[in-house]
Amino acid sequence: MTGVGPYRFVLNGEPAEVNVPGMRRLLDVLREDLGMTGTKEGCGEGECGACSVLLDGAVVDACLVPVCQVDGHVVRTVEGLASQVDGRARLSPLQVAFLEAGGAQCGICTPGMLISAVAYLDRGGGPDEAAIREAIAGNLCRCTGYTKIVEAIALAADSGGGSVRV
Amino acid sequence: MTTRTASPDAAPAPLIVPPGEVVPGRARPGEPLRREGPGKLTGAAKYTDDLVFPGAWYGATIRSTDAHARLLAIDLEDGFDWSSVVVVTAAEIPGENVVASLKSDQPALVPVGGEIRHHAEPVCLVAAPDRETLRAAKACIRLRTGALPAVFDPLESRQVFAHYDIARGDLEAGFAAADLIVEGTYRVGHQEQLYIENNAMIALPRTDGGIEVHGSMQCPYYAHKALKRALGLDAVHTVVIQEETGGGFGGKEEYPSMIAIHAALLALACGRPVRMIYDRHEDIAATTKRHPAIVTERTGVMRDGTLVAQEIEIVMDGGAYCTLSPVVLSRGTLHAGGPYRCPNTRIRSRAVATNTPPNGAFRGFGAPQVEFAIEAHLGEIADRLGISPLEIRRRNVYRLGDTTPFGQVLRESVAGEEVLEKAAEAADFEAARARTAAARASRSGDDGRARISPGIGLALGWHGAGFTGSGEAQMGSVAAVELTAEGDIRVLIANTEIGQGTKTVFPMMAGDALGVPPEAVEVAQPDTSVVPDSGPTVASRTVMVVGRLVIEACRRLRAQVEEATGRPFAESYREYARSRGHLRVDQKFEPYPGEGFDDTTYTGDAYPAFGWAACVAEVEVDLDTFEVTVKDVVAVDDIGRVIHRVLAEGQVEGGTLQAIGYGTIEEIKLQDGRYLNDRLATYLIPTALDAPRIRTILVESPYSGSPHGAKGVGELPMDVGAPAVVAAIADATGAWVRELPATPERIMAERTATGVVS
Repeated sequence: MTGVGPYRFVLNGEPAEVNVPGMRRLLDVLREDLGMTGTKEGCGEGECGACSVLLDGAVVDACLVPVCQVDGHVVRTVEGLASQVDGRARLSPLQVAFLEAGGAQCGICTPGMLISAVAYLDRGGGPDEAAIREAIAGNLCRCTGYTKIVEAIALAADSGGGSVRV
Repeated sequence: MTTRTASPDAAPAPLIVPPGEVVPGRARPGEPLRREGPGKLTGAAKYTDDLVFPGAWYGATIRSTDAHARLLAIDLEDGFDWSSVVVVTAAEIPGENVVASLKSDQPALVPVGGEIRHHAEPVCLVAAPDRETLRAAKACIRLRTGALPAVFDPLESRQVFAHYDIARGDLEAGFAAADLIVEGTYRVGHQEQLYIENNAMIALPRTDGGIEVHGSMQCPYYAHKALKRALGLDAVHTVVIQEETGGGFGGKEEYPSMIAIHAALLALACGRPVRMIYDRHEDIAATTKRHPAIVTERTGVMRDGTLVAQEIEIVMDGGAYCTLSPVVLSRGTLHAGGPYRCPNTRIRSRAVATNTPPNGAFRGFGAPQVEFAIEAHLGEIADRLGISPLEIRRRNVYRLGDTTPFGQVLRESVAGEEVLEKAAEAADFEAARARTAAARASRSGDDGRARISPGIGLALGWHGAGFTGSGEAQMGSVAAVELTAEGDIRVLIANTEIGQGTKTVFPMMAGDALGVPPEAVEVAQPDTSVVPDSGPTVASRTVMVVGRLVIEACRRLRAQVEEATGRPFAESYREYARSRGHLRVDQKFEPYPGEGFDDTTYTGDAYPAFGWAACVAEVEVDLDTFEVTVKDVVAVDDIGRVIHRVLAEGQVEGGTLQAIGYGTIEEIKLQDGRYLNDRLATYLIPTALDAPRIRTILVESPYSGSPHGAKGVGELPMDVGAPAVVAAIADATGAWVRELPATPERIMAERTATGVVS
């Protein structure tokens, strides 16, 4: 096992530092060491995508990434999608589109789904159904049948992308 | 991608969150956005595993690895410091060792000397201050068992949990008059609910000697009842609180009672909060599934397709304990004939025990099994008669005034014909079917091109709204609405938000009844110390049954306030609260109008009303590999009244995809009573790429017994998706698959058996 850190990385634009075993899952570091519980665990083996986060802009399953691998890198989670205005969360256009279109039901897949959608939109993805389905194929949803998730991402693509626009 | 007929108005509505960032075109006038949506979209929403309780220990369940055995001993190995953990066995259960359900046959933990009846059955519990100690302790607990003979085949089981026999008309005369008699046996396997949030419970010992349990669940009062009985506590000392819940689909109806008992036993033993958070493997391996079933159909028809005799036998595999099998079987029995008029009918059914993990509630609750069977069977009959699948359904679908096999006269809200015609029209069914036939005819046997065959299929279904028979009257649910002393309006119900939109639609219904906007109405967190027992969140009953109670309570609350103030409620309720203080109105369930249901003869009004659904699926089948791609689906559902369009469509789309998964890929393999594919890597559900485009059309045929007319939406779409896909596969390949899921292997085998070549 790799040592116990410190491991330093950028989390949602802020510096983060943890002193934990290097093979500790990024998912546990986020949820338990840093108290960022927005990233969810659905299977623990990289199948469901509920724990998707962005690592240097690429979608990864935080349940499969040991924290030593993010040392010196940039991590973004669902908590980093909304902007803060006067201490209140202001939803990004993508989050608003999910709210409007009904893209979130029980909400447990939603953080990971949003992360995959952000990656898609950030690389210039448009409102094309097949491309959107491909982009979220690693994120399982059991509530929606995906129709409204695809609609939400297409709406966000139409309205100018998924990143926070302050 | 979505068609809307009931209210085509799609003008943009103001957003609640956030102001100034409106994406036009989605929200509709009067329809608020999902109440808890912003929390779910920002990661702020707290699910059970997100909650922090300082000093909490971690709990685990030691489970059997036998399917049937005598538990001889639980050995704690030397060499581990057992003072660092707590271990709980059946001997330490303070109350009755029972998970309270319909029967009292299922223990919370198998006692030493007792019988292990299925693989993964809970035998003892252990809790530790950290996960590593817990893991080490688990590895040092050994179960000594003596194997007993096991039964895995439901047809060989002699233990019957429930059986029914309903008959109407003269079956033999019906068969004698028939031009054609068709027989078929249909099989369906287990299906896993696969909510993405695994089961989770956290129990806290209270200073008054009681217990408080926070968890992911559909039915707080089921867990409450189970805890009281197993722990020997009264209602005051037992508190159950539902936290944000990441999906249920029936899978969090009953099993959470077991987990709540386990967490509470450990918390009382160690005197600390205990977290029982299942991982995916444990959740699939141990918790309930949809009942497998074997359905044998024998049908007599006239040349024109008119049904004259129906004989159906159903065997459901209940697994090792009774759980909810009698009511699952009951719904299956009552729905087995499909939404079709037939003067001579007999339906016999039984649910039996096997040494497999208990099966339980899953969206549809016995109906998807039997409706797959009757729909596939009817498709075969239409083929044999040479009439179209649309026409045979037109000929037989229930119309107003028809009588069901159980003697219920359909007096109102009968929309089978309407959903059928709307689906056929939206999918341009007959023209599309002519195109698939032409494509098959023009295909040469081996021209070097990919041999992709298109197919289109249709299914029609019905779903009894709310509980079966006298269930609702026996339960006597109570819902309440209160005006707090501070002037806030709050709905008090035990019904849970599990993704379907409870927290959004109750403020709409209450606000409408009170004459205030939905934003003025709060919904209390389901907490048994705060909310009355308005019954479980099951059977698509929340909006229909509990919505009615809340509307009636609101009307009474409004009348009281308006009588006292002499002014409209909206203008005067704050003033009323300031001057007179708190006001709460409780509303108890009163039976729906109708004849009632006789539980002894199994006849009468089994349901207040029925929902009606039609589904058209278009597929492509690769004739070399028999892989099926579901391309397009039209889902038409009559739900009585649409309360919130986006949420209702979401129910239809999600239920339709679960049904397509059931029809095509979802399958549990068993070996010696153990699930072999008990991981998400091996139990597959549809991804966004597997999912078709789903066009939803909502039909409103209101039910007069509901103040709003709603009949429920959650389960209805689950009944028709699988048979529509199977019919489309038959159209594409010529092979009627009689066992779900319709895997490539089964399609190939059926084609070989029926001699189809191409």
